[in-house]
Amino acid sequence: MMSPRHFSELDELESESIYILREVAAQFSRPALLYSIGKDSSVLLRLAQKAFYPAKIPFRLLHIDTTYKFREMIEFRDRVCRELGLDLIVHTNREALAEGANPFRLGTTKCCALLKTKALLDALREHEIDAAIGGARRDEEKSRAKERVFSFRDGFGQWDPKNQRPELWNLYNGRIDKGESVRVFPLSNWTELDVWEYIRREEIPVVPLYFAAERRVLVSGEKLIIPEHESPIQKDDVPALMKIRMRSLGCTYCSGAIRSAADSISGIIEELKVARRSERENRLIDHDEDGSMELKKREGYF
Amino acid sequence: MIPEACQKPRDLLRFLTAGSVDDGKSTLIGRLLHDSGGIYEDELAALSRKSSAHGRSFDPSLLTDGLKAEREQGITIDVAYRYFSTARREFIIADSPGHDQYTRNMVTGASTAQAAVLLIDVRHGILPQTRRHAYIASLLGIQVVIVAVNKMDLVGFDADIFHRLRKDYLEFSASLRVRELHFIPVCALEGDNVTAKSPRIPWYEGMPLLQVLEMVEVADDRISKHFRLPVQTVIRGESGFRGYAGQVASGRIGTGDEVVVLPSRLPARISQITNYRLQMEEAHAPMSVAITLREQMDIGRGDMLCDPEHSPVSTRQFRAKLIWMSELPMRSNQPYLIRHTTQTACMSILKVLHKVDIHTFAEVEAGSLVLNEIGEVEIQTHKPIFCDSYSSNRTTGSFIVVDPIHNTTLAAGIIMEPSVEDPNSDPSSLALPNRGPEDRGLTVWITGLSGAGKTTICEAVHTELLARGHRVEMLDGDVIRKHLSRELGFSKVERDENIRRIGFVANLLTRNGVVALVSAISPYRAVRDEIRQEISGFLEVFVNAPLNVCERRDPKGLYKRARSGEFRGFTGIDDPYEPPLSPDVECKTDSETVKESVDKVVAAILKVLS
Repeated sequence: MMSPRHFSELDELESESIYILREVAAQFSRPALLYSIGKDSSVLLRLAQKAFYPAKIPFRLLHIDTTYKFREMIEFRDRVCRELGLDLIVHTNREALAEGANPFRLGTTKCCALLKTKALLDALREHEIDAAIGGARRDEEKSRAKERVFSFRDGFGQWDPKNQRPELWNLYNGRIDKGESVRVFPLSNWTELDVWEYIRREEIPVVPLYFAAERRVLVSGEKLIIPEHESPIQKDDVPALMKIRMRSLGCTYCSGAIRSAADSISGIIEELKVARRSERENRLIDHDEDGSMELKKREGYF
Repeated sequence: MIPEACQKPRDLLRFLTAGSVDDGKSTLIGRLLHDSGGIYEDELAALSRKSSAHGRSFDPSLLTDGLKAEREQGITIDVAYRYFSTARREFIIADSPGHDQYTRNMVTGASTAQAAVLLIDVRHGILPQTRRHAYIASLLGIQVVIVAVNKMDLVGFDADIFHRLRKDYLEFSASLRVRELHFIPVCALEGDNVTAKSPRIPWYEGMPLLQVLEMVEVADDRISKHFRLPVQTVIRGESGFRGYAGQVASGRIGTGDEVVVLPSRLPARISQITNYRLQMEEAHAPMSVAITLREQMDIGRGDMLCDPEHSPVSTRQFRAKLIWMSELPMRSNQPYLIRHTTQTACMSILKVLHKVDIHTFAEVEAGSLVLNEIGEVEIQTHKPIFCDSYSSNRTTGSFIVVDPIHNTTLAAGIIMEPSVEDPNSDPSSLALPNRGPEDRGLTVWITGLSGAGKTTICEAVHTELLARGHRVEMLDGDVIRKHLSRELGFSKVERDENIRRIGFVANLLTRNGVVALVSAISPYRAVRDEIRQEISGFLEVFVNAPLNVCERRDPKGLYKRARSGEFRGFTGIDDPYEPPLSPDVECKTDSETVKESVDKVVAAILKVLS
C-alpha cells in the first residue's frame, strides 16, 4: 500500500481527465482515440489505461498518417501499440497522395485539408466513429481556448463555434443523432508544462525527437527543418549540424525544430519555465493567415 | 531530477470574468496575462501587428477573443479559457461574454469557477447584465466576487464616483449570498491596479487585482462533506474483479468502511480502492478511482455509493431553480431528459413557481421560462434521483435538462430543497398528458439468459420512449415473480404459467395504446411463440451473450449459487435456454456497447409505431 501523498494540481487534472474518458465509454457506441504519436497523445494513452485498468482500453486508436511524418514517430507508434496490445487503425488519403499532394506544390493549407482533415473525416465515417477523443489543449491556440470538452460536430464533421452547446459543471451532454459526432478533449485544462510534469512523474515514454541532440537541419529563414523527405529547399541548402529538439511534432516539413540543450524531461521542464516563445510557433499551419486554425477546425481538423 | 516531495504543491484557482458587454473583460484578461508574463513573445508580436490593424497601439482583448467573428465584431461570443501562473498560484480564467444573447456561455464558465471578477464600466454604472451576472454567480455558489470598476481614467480617477458605485452595488446585491466581496478601481487598458498598485489612484488603499486573486481563500470543502460516489461504469477484470469506477463527488472513504448503495439501499463494505496499479487505503473528493465491494451486488451506471449515516435524498420530485438556455421556450408537462450525476432519467416540469425579475430580483408569477430567464420550478422524474440541495453539495445538487428530440442542453438546474422521499416510488408513472386513443401499443419482449443485460437495456429503452412522449410500462420478470406470480416455482409448467400471466398483462396494455416492455428470461420457445400469436403488435428482442460471459458477470450471484447446487433448474446451468430462431432485434452484449444495443431496440420500436 502506498501512503497517501498530497493531492496536487496534477492529480486533480488527472482525475478530471479520467472522469471524461469514462464518460465517453459510457455515453457512446463507437469511440476512438485519435493517436497522433506526440507527447499529448502519449499522456492521453496513459490516462485511458488508468481509466479502465485492469480492463483493456475500450476504444480503438486512429492515426491519420500523411506519410510525411518522422520515421522515428512511426517506429515509436508501432512499438507502443505492439507492447500495449492496442487496436490501431492507420488511415491515409491515398488518392490525394497519388495525385501528388504535398505541401510544396499545394501550400500547407490545402495539403492539410487533404491529408489531414479529409483523411480524418473519411476515417471517422468509414469506421462509424461517434466520439473522437483528441489530445488538444486549450492553452495551445486561441481558437482551441474556445472549445468545449465535449464538442459537437454536425453530420459533415463541421464545428459551429458561434453556437456551441452550453457545458455545465461536469455534466457532459453526448447525446447525438446518427451521423453526427462529438470531439472529446480530456486534456482541455492541461498546460504544456503540466503535460511534461506528468510525463516525468508517470515515466511515460515519448518520441526521442523531443530530446535535444546533434541533428542535421536545414536553415530556412528562421525555421530549422529536419530533412527527412524530399523538399525543394533541400536542393540549394547544405544541412548544418546543430543541437536541436522538437517542441511539437507534426509533418517533417511543417514542424520546425528549436535550438535547445534540453536532453532530458527535467531539462525540458526547466526550459519551459523560462520559455518566452509559444509551443506552436514553429507549426507553419497555424500561421497561414489570421484565424487559420479556427478555419481548419470548423472544417473538421482536430 | 527533483524528487516529488521537494516540489511545493501548487494551488489552483478557477475564476471567471463577467459583466456587461464593453465593460472591458477581455481587455482586463489580456492585461493580466501580459503584465504577469503569461504571453509568449511571438504571440505578442502577432498581437501588436493585429492591434495596429485595428487602429490601436496595443489591444489586449485580441489575446482572448479567439474567434474571427469576435475580433470582427469586437465582442466576446463564447467563453475562452486561459492559463497562467504566478509564484503563488496557478490560474484558469474563463473569460465569458457580456452580451445578454450569450448568457448561457457565461453560465458555462461560471459553473466551474470558484471566484468571479465582475467588471463595471464606471461611466455606465450598474447595468441589467451586471445584475444578471451577479445573480448567476451567487446562484451557482461562487463564494468570492471581486468588483473591478473599470475605465477609471475616463472619469479622471474620481474617488467619489467609485464610492458611489460601490454603494449602488452593495444596495442592489444585499440579498445575494457571497462570502467575500472586493471593490477595486482599475484601468484595464493601461494596467492601473491590475498587477501593481496604480500611482494614479492614490486614494485606493486596497490591493491590486492580481494580489487579491492570489490571496483569496478557496478551500476545497468537498472533502469535508458526506461521502458520495456516483458510478460511471463497471470495470471487469481477471478472477472476478468488479470495480465500480467513478469520481468521488464528496467526502472520503477507506477500505473496510461501510457504504450504502442507492437505489437498492443495501449495505456493503469497501474491499479495495484502486487507481491503475496503485492500491489505496483511502480516497477522497475529487479522486477518480475504482472501488470493489466485499459483497456481490448488482450495481451499474447511475447507482451511487454513499455514507450510510448521511445518504442523499432519493426522490422523484423536487424544487429547482432553472436557468433556461434555449430559444425553444420551456413547456410544462412535456417530456424532457434530466442528466443528474451519472444518471439519465425522463422528467417533466409540473409547474413554474415563479421567475426572477433580473432588475429587482423579485419573484414574479410566470407560466413558462424563455431564453436566459431564471425561475423556480417543481420537477418530477420517472425514477428516483439521489440528490442533496445545491447549497450543501454542488455535484449531487446540480443537473441539466436535455431535449430528447434535438439533443441540445436546454437548462441548467440547481436543486433547492428535495422533497421528502416518496415511499411509493412507482418507477414508470410520470405526469405526462395522455396522447389520446390514436396511440399505438406494442409489446416488446426482451428475452435472454440471466446476466445477459436485459434489464439494463430495458431501463434505457424505457427512458428513451418516455422522453419521446410514449406511454410505457415495464414488466420485469423479477418484479412479476414478487407480485403476480408470487406462488409459482421454477418447474417447466410453472415457468410457462408465469410467462402466460406476463403475456396476458402485456396484451391488455398493448390494446390500450401502451408500449409494454417485458424483460424476462422466458427460456422456452413454444410459450414465447404462443404469446406472440395472441398479441397484435409484438417485437421480439434477443439479448444474446454467451453463457460463460453471463456467468462471469453474474451480477446477482445466482450462477455461483446454482453451480454450488444451492438451487436446481437454473436456466443455462441445468435447465435449457431455447434462443429465438428469428428475433426482430438481436443485441450481442458481449461485443456491443450498451448504447449500440439500446439504439437498435429504440429504432426498431419507433419504426413499428410510426
